[in-house]
Amino acid sequence: MRSDTQIFEGGFSDSVLNAQTVFRALMDAMANPGRIVEVSDLAAPPAPLTSLAASIAATLFDHDATVWCDRAISGSAACTGWLKFHTGLELTGEPADADFALISDVATMPSLESFCRGTSEYPDRSTTLILQIDGFDGADTLVLEGPGIKDSMAFSPSHLPRMFVDQWVANRAAFPRGVDLIFAGKGVLAALPRTTRIKKTEA
Amino acid sequence: MTDLATYNFAYLDEQTKRMIRRAILKAIAIPGYQVPFASREMPMPYGWGTGGVQVTAAVLGPDDTLKVIDQGADDTTNAVSIRAFFQKVANVRVTTKTADATIIQTRHRIPEAQLQAGQILVYQVPIPEPLRFLEPRETETRKMHALEEYGLMHVKLYEDIARHGHIATTYAYPVKVEGRYVMDPSPTPKFDNPKMHMSPALQLFGAGREKRIYAVPPYTEVVSLDFEDHPFEIQTFSQPCALCGAKGSYLDEVILDDKGGSMFVCSDTDFCEDRQAKGHRGALAADTAEAAE
Repeated sequence: MRSDTQIFEGGFSDSVLNAQTVFRALMDAMANPGRIVEVSDLAAPPAPLTSLAASIAATLFDHDATVWCDRAISGSAACTGWLKFHTGLELTGEPADADFALISDVATMPSLESFCRGTSEYPDRSTTLILQIDGFDGADTLVLEGPGIKDSMAFSPSHLPRMFVDQWVANRAAFPRGVDLIFAGKGVLAALPRTTRIKKTEA
Repeated sequence: MTDLATYNFAYLDEQTKRMIRRAILKAIAIPGYQVPFASREMPMPYGWGTGGVQVTAAVLGPDDTLKVIDQGADDTTNAVSIRAFFQKVANVRVTTKTADATIIQTRHRIPEAQLQAGQILVYQVPIPEPLRFLEPRETETRKMHALEEYGLMHVKLYEDIARHGHIATTYAYPVKVEGRYVMDPSPTPKFDNPKMHMSPALQLFGAGREKRIYAVPPYTEVVSLDFEDHPFEIQTFSQPCALCGAKGSYLDEVILDDKGGSMFVCSDTDFCEDRQAKGHRGALAADTAEAAE
């Protein structure tokens, strides 16, 4: 009974305007790579899903979205139940088939290469990865450049996938194919579309 | 507004908005690439801006201020009806002032005033595929974009030069975005092309009948195609605006009588009115003309 409550509760209180708020934050982040955009807590999902990742899910997922979740999320009946009930998404076990990926543990995630990069004729049929992290005060700083960035942009997420710089260079080299990343922190999000280049890294 | 509850906010249902929003995020991530989307029937005919309206509806929120222009003017049929549409279905604030707007939906012009960071320009696009009149098959144009095979477009511009001595394309002038995709900037005059380059505003393009969404993020390279010996040039006008005296704005010809009389006035009505309010006068402005009589 208690897990049922976890599943049915915690969705958007205003599905129309909350989704619009979260989408504008996402669009702002995607159009300005590395920019940190604040979003208040609008959803209350079961752990390990975070409020912001769940808000993004409720904004973008529905029966037309195939989603891959990492083991911590897919292994939790409360999490998959929440996602199914509030979004109606299609879950998949194969990262290469996913329109979206929900990742709670960035350190152990599969390589970016294992997700779908789209085809050269339809590069939009690629995976958008949603990475749950703590925030944007990490020790390492990436200096970003590319479309959406006026000169350059410093970006320090608290967690990054392993060998991230090498993986991102490979992702960038496949342009226009490639994956896009959304970093969901606590009340703050940022995005790295496939066009962004890492100019240098500073420790 | 009491009849607001009969529609969902901003007219579209939530599933449609999610579908369009997913397409917009992909479009921003791949600048200049046309993302297919499941365009809906709108309460207006194709060709009246259904693509732009769907993009605006998916983006719009209660905190936004909307401006709608048609060929630069706020007071023409298309602009007035789309503005009234969003007032009715979203109860959103509207304005004619470029600087006050957060979202500007446009048909065939980019405002003269420099757009600011945070503003969103939504274009209504009739034919999103710049190669369509050169190659009618979608399967082929898609392959051409995939292979970055744009020779045909250069041949078209070259044929212009061979026939007319200069590139005769004056609107929907093809651009290359971020050195990769050739894109149709919608039928804006080529006068506006340089404004797209490194614009601080986000530019979104919606083609309703052709079911495509594409985008140019802020601070993105947008280069008009040309040749070294025939560089890209914008239109120039021999006289200033007859109402506000502006030089260097895009002018429309307005017929005055049946004896061949005409005057040239700014196509951007807000820009022209703003200048007149600041005291600028052209040769045919009401008070200048009275003083001359």
